[in-house]
Amino acid sequence: MMLRHGITFFALLLVLPGGVLAGVLPDDRGDALYHHYTGGGVDIDGPSVLIRKKAGKSLSFIGNWYVDHVSSASIDVITTASPYTEERTQWSLGMDYLRGNTTMRVSYVSSEESDFDATTYAFSVSEDMFGDLTTLTLSYAFGEDIVGRSDDPGFQRENTRQHYGISLTQILTRNMIATLNFETITDEGFLNNPYRSVRYLDPGASVGFSFEPELYPETRTSNAVGLRARYFLPYRAAIEAEYRFYTDTWEIDGHTLSLTYVHPWGPFTVEGKFRYHDQTGAAFFQDIFPRSEATNFRGRDKELSPLTSYTFRGKLSYEFIDPNKGWGLFKRGTINFSLDHLIVDYDEFRDITSGQLGDEELYQLKANVYQIFVSFWY
Amino acid sequence: MAKVGNMTMNLATFGRFLLPIVLLAGLAGCSIEPWVKPYERDRLADPIMALDSDPVSTAYIQHVYEAREGARGAEGATGGGCGCN
Repeated sequence: MMLRHGITFFALLLVLPGGVLAGVLPDDRGDALYHHYTGGGVDIDGPSVLIRKKAGKSLSFIGNWYVDHVSSASIDVITTASPYTEERTQWSLGMDYLRGNTTMRVSYVSSEESDFDATTYAFSVSEDMFGDLTTLTLSYAFGEDIVGRSDDPGFQRENTRQHYGISLTQILTRNMIATLNFETITDEGFLNNPYRSVRYLDPGASVGFSFEPELYPETRTSNAVGLRARYFLPYRAAIEAEYRFYTDTWEIDGHTLSLTYVHPWGPFTVEGKFRYHDQTGAAFFQDIFPRSEATNFRGRDKELSPLTSYTFRGKLSYEFIDPNKGWGLFKRGTINFSLDHLIVDYDEFRDITSGQLGDEELYQLKANVYQIFVSFWY
Repeated sequence: MAKVGNMTMNLATFGRFLLPIVLLAGLAGCSIEPWVKPYERDRLADPIMALDSDPVSTAYIQHVYEAREGARGAEGATGGGCGCN
């Protein structure tokens, strides 16, 4: 259940142009990745495999299989429930159709957990313009979720979600490319986590508070605009900067900034990245409510708290198949390792295991995200 | 249950963004001399300049962020092209 977010992102991944390709079909490639997230009492690992293959001059197909094995004893779980394990499996299929300077893409994504199923359909159109200096992409995705409870077979709720996206990529100089993205997402249905609770002051309880189920609004609309620019440095290296502004009807406003540096050295490529994210909290978020059912809507998910997060990334790639020589069927091959160190400082969400009511410390999450993957171009 | 937000207003906002883009698309038929010629795009075609060279990895790390932050969208893999190939 905790992995419900981001499903539609995979659908959009398949329908958005990735990288420098537009007006031409993406290169045939295969990727096999192993990921491991550890932090905050949560361990998640699993594989992800992606295959992309052209069929003729106008069609390209893509498929992705992704698995999360989850073992969770997070701060939310240990304070109101019991640690659990579960598995999520996701399948994605997509197709690109190229006609002149126009590329049309469709995709389908299915994600299954024991208590959460999600299906997404996505469509996009890209057009190269102005001598291929400009690429405009319009995208749309529709998602349907079915929310259940592992301890209540009769519990079933539904969500629907729609994405509208516009992306404009522009070559600015022979050394610089930039992209402007705008995305609106609307959700409607059962949007809260059926397992999570809020706490409220309760003088009758020995610890001074009790818990009751959270209750979210049934709609949410968000708008995000992001700008990225990548610059080729004179000694063959690249630097990228990105900024995103986010706002939604739950009154969360966010600013995200990142800076990336890429430096090749023979067959090796080293990448360093810093990412900063700061957000306000949802209007209905409180760490502790003054009484039971104090407000119409109430939530204590730490993701909805005001927070600041920092990510430090290091990545090393080794090109073991030289693109100038190839090897059998393969034109190029790389093996890659990355580590992302994530720190999240919560401004209002408190660690209720850290002390008595009134003396609890603000919660801080520290996590490491490991990825190792091989990529082949053929 | 009461609804939060005004979808009509947000679609209108979206439309305000869409209109100039559609007009821009209309201009695509016009002849504009590219100020960066195709033979000047060798640096942009270098793999280190790819906006998303590792789509599987990008999708995964965006998934990590979206599960742990309140914000979503318009970050990461979305990108375009340069007609380099």
